[in-house]
Amino acid sequence: MGAELKNYLHEQHYFRFRLGVAALVVFCLFALLAFRFSYLQIKQYNHYQTLAENNRISLVPIIPNRGLILDKNGVILAHNFFAYTLEITPAKVKNLEETIAEISSLVEVSSLDRKRFKKFREQSHNFESIPIRTHLNEIEAAKFAVNHYRFPGVEIKSRLFRHYPLGKLGSHMIGYIGRINDRDLKNLEESGDLSNYKGSDHIGKSGLEQYYEKQLHGTTGFQQVEIDADGHAVRVLSSTPPIPGDNIILAADSKLQEIAETAFGNHRGALVAINPKTGEVLSYVSQPTFDPNLFVDGIDSESWKALNESLDKPLINRPLRGVYPPGSTFKPFVALAGLEAGKRAPPYSIHDPGFFTLPGKSHRYRDWKPSGHGTVDIQKAITISCDTFFYGLAMEMGIESLTSFVRHFGFGRKSGIDIDNVSGKSENGGLLPTPEWKQRRFKQPWFPGETVIVGIGQGYTLVTPLQLAQATAILANNGVAMKPRMVSQIESAQSGKKQMTPPVVQDRVVLHPDNVEIVKRGMIDVTLPGGTAASVGANAGYSIAAKTGTAQVIGIKQNEKYNESGMNERHLDHALFIAYAPAEDPTIALAVIVENGRHGGSTAGPIARKVMDYYLLGKVPAVEAAKDNKQLTGNTAATTAPPEEELHD
Amino acid sequence: MISKLFQHLFKHIDAFLMTCLFFALLTSLFVLYSASGQSLDRIYAQAVNMGVALSVLWVVANISPQKLERVALILYVLGVLLLIAVALFGSISHGARRWLNIGFTQIQPSELMRIAMPMMLAWFFASREGKPSATNFIVAGLLLAIPVALIMKQPDLGTSLLIASSGFYVLFLAGLSWKFLAGAMVSLLGFMPIFWSMLHDYQRKRIEILFDPTQDPLGAGYHTIQAIIAIGSGGATGKGWLNGTQTQLDFLPERTTDFIFAVFSEEFGFLGNMLLLTLFSIIIMRGLMIASQAQSTFSRLLAGSITLNFFSYAFVNMGMVSGILPVVGVPLPLISYGGTSLVTLCLGFGILMSIHTHKNLVAN
Repeated sequence: MGAELKNYLHEQHYFRFRLGVAALVVFCLFALLAFRFSYLQIKQYNHYQTLAENNRISLVPIIPNRGLILDKNGVILAHNFFAYTLEITPAKVKNLEETIAEISSLVEVSSLDRKRFKKFREQSHNFESIPIRTHLNEIEAAKFAVNHYRFPGVEIKSRLFRHYPLGKLGSHMIGYIGRINDRDLKNLEESGDLSNYKGSDHIGKSGLEQYYEKQLHGTTGFQQVEIDADGHAVRVLSSTPPIPGDNIILAADSKLQEIAETAFGNHRGALVAINPKTGEVLSYVSQPTFDPNLFVDGIDSESWKALNESLDKPLINRPLRGVYPPGSTFKPFVALAGLEAGKRAPPYSIHDPGFFTLPGKSHRYRDWKPSGHGTVDIQKAITISCDTFFYGLAMEMGIESLTSFVRHFGFGRKSGIDIDNVSGKSENGGLLPTPEWKQRRFKQPWFPGETVIVGIGQGYTLVTPLQLAQATAILANNGVAMKPRMVSQIESAQSGKKQMTPPVVQDRVVLHPDNVEIVKRGMIDVTLPGGTAASVGANAGYSIAAKTGTAQVIGIKQNEKYNESGMNERHLDHALFIAYAPAEDPTIALAVIVENGRHGGSTAGPIARKVMDYYLLGKVPAVEAAKDNKQLTGNTAATTAPPEEELHD
Repeated sequence: MISKLFQHLFKHIDAFLMTCLFFALLTSLFVLYSASGQSLDRIYAQAVNMGVALSVLWVVANISPQKLERVALILYVLGVLLLIAVALFGSISHGARRWLNIGFTQIQPSELMRIAMPMMLAWFFASREGKPSATNFIVAGLLLAIPVALIMKQPDLGTSLLIASSGFYVLFLAGLSWKFLAGAMVSLLGFMPIFWSMLHDYQRKRIEILFDPTQDPLGAGYHTIQAIIAIGSGGATGKGWLNGTQTQLDFLPERTTDFIFAVFSEEFGFLGNMLLLTLFSIIIMRGLMIASQAQSTFSRLLAGSITLNFFSYAFVNMGMVSGILPVVGVPLPLISYGGTSLVTLCLGFGILMSIHTHKNLVAN
């Protein structure tokens, strides 16, 4: 016991001695560090101070030129130009307010410039240079250059600016670029592209500018330079030139775009025209539009407020994100579904009393024509847009088989068009309702009556203008679905080599040619005398297959009559129109939606006609002349009274 | 009532050591904010890391040293097995195989070894009743060599040397003979020229640059040169927080992790460096005090090794950043950004607190 304790104490004593030795070593080595610090920071301070302040080797990024966006004829939709900017590095300036005040005595600095500077200042670091004035002219630049010595920390720089020469035209398809923000930085970091954006301060924010960011941006070059205390390059040591971004060439024609946009007058709405054989988007209209130039240097709050709070919602990309009930434009697809399922094949016909009832129920599903259409077969049902016929057909098919068939025409799913988010996040997929969907969404079972109204494109069914155009194109192309795309060629800015973007077959719906023929015939008759859009087809010089549609904005109760004169303009029905031409060998398929335009045949149809006239015949509409006379009232349909048939569908 | 609960909750936390850690972690957040280009995201991320690490500390502090002693062997065996698994199936990043994918997350078994190694050797000597016999030291040397060799093969020279030194501290404190120490030192120096003559020219060049970065200013030496300029230009009192030009103008590489000391030095100067050295010294002295008061062979050897290991990380990092040691990727303890090394550190501090606060229970 005694020996053990003694042993223990001896061990502890010895351990403490070793600890003491270790502590001594710790002390010595820390003293060595302290000595090293005093050598570097006290004795050699001046030497390292000079090194830090004077000649430093720095990597300076060289920003590549952003690629151009051109229409199919080479008309420039987005380009770059050089302009001088005046930039301040806040860390190098003693009194920021005073400096800005002094600058404004030399060149004009508006309150807008100051606000923008303040905003950027909050988002950036002390050592980043921030523009106080952009787009200086030669005189202003020279004036500042002479006085440069008075402003340490203020630099005049030549920078590339993005410009959209056509302004508001096609702004939803072109999109715009804007200053890189924290979210963009995060995305760049995740995708591993951050180093390529050293020096870039803009990035594509929407439209083609966003989707084709990778191609348009190019590869940043680098210069290894010696810089002095003020950050001026003294000597270039080595240099890797930047690779400019590729130019992208659209399938769309800016003249056609102008005609289409003008045709809308003051109406809100959307139009998408597609070449059914290739999937190329020929025109892409979202009305009203906005000027993308406003966004490039940071939009000011007043303009933003005006755009964002406008009831017309000019910032919404309607073809991509606007959802509407398809109304009667849905009927050709329902008809085809029925025929393919072996139902309603001619000579089958019904006698239409003007309404439809479910067996054992009293509720009347009304036809748009209260007196009924008489004897109607499937082809005529399309031509005259007979609601009663499609109520019964939808009921007999059942909601599941109906939706699963029309899904092949792109309804209820994203098209994957090359606009905006690469991941397709910003595209709205529309809605094809099913009992499972309703259970999920509303925790309610599906009612038979809801199947009935899907037959005429009402109820929960929602489509985007793009989907509607794509569905029309697929029908025109006999079931072969081409992926819609805006860009037809990508041109390397370096080699000048143009690379075609190949057409992609997205889906192939197997259809019986006879059934397609019946539906197409019904649609051709729509634009012939007796059809719901006879005036649209009048004197065309080519044959048009079409379908009109009307989508209710607010619900109407049973036994209540739709009275359009007594309604708020924004509660009026939406007018829809789908068409393709020439009917025998279609090269253009389109969908038009005029918000609160009431009737597809009278407001949306004429817009489609103007687009097809120019595309097929090169004809410029007479409205262009009216525009010069400043007599455009906005309601193009009010001038001629259409026949009774055309008022409804 | 509440004060009682409080007392019970923090029964095993050493207030003195905790205060020092608190100051160090607070410093870390400030330096990190500057080094990351004023990124609050980084601050939040590191604050979360700190929360996790301090929770680990609390849990470990509440485990008695006896229990730790019982798991030492298991931990060590597990660590070695994981290191073998890394060598066989580990994922490669930056040319080194250090991480092991275990389904939901990746782990770095060499971090585990930082604690398992000293625990194992302390357990080994405690079970041999602390007799410094030659056989014991040879066995201990083998136990040390296996994981060190595995980590060196990854390759991770810095970590393997630091783990080797943590094991060496146990051997030293357990009473490794002075004669042996002197002999090892002499033979190492003696072999140096022979070793040197066996190297290829390019290998020699690499080692030369390691010790003299000015030979390759744009390549391997760039980090050190920029760091030394940052430290030197900080002067006596520094350029001030957020105002270090080397830091803010992107001259300093890896400035939130391995080179964060250069940021601190540039902005807080010689004065700041002295304060940081003082804070580290106090932490080390407290650790050594805990070791000297510890009541079992296992806990005193472990406490001593953990404390000295903390010292070697601090010394190697500050030494490499200030250019007196070659650059081996070692973070500055408690200050550098990163969760894994902080958790391992706090695990160590938790063990120290456990040893200190469970002392009386052992006496009873």
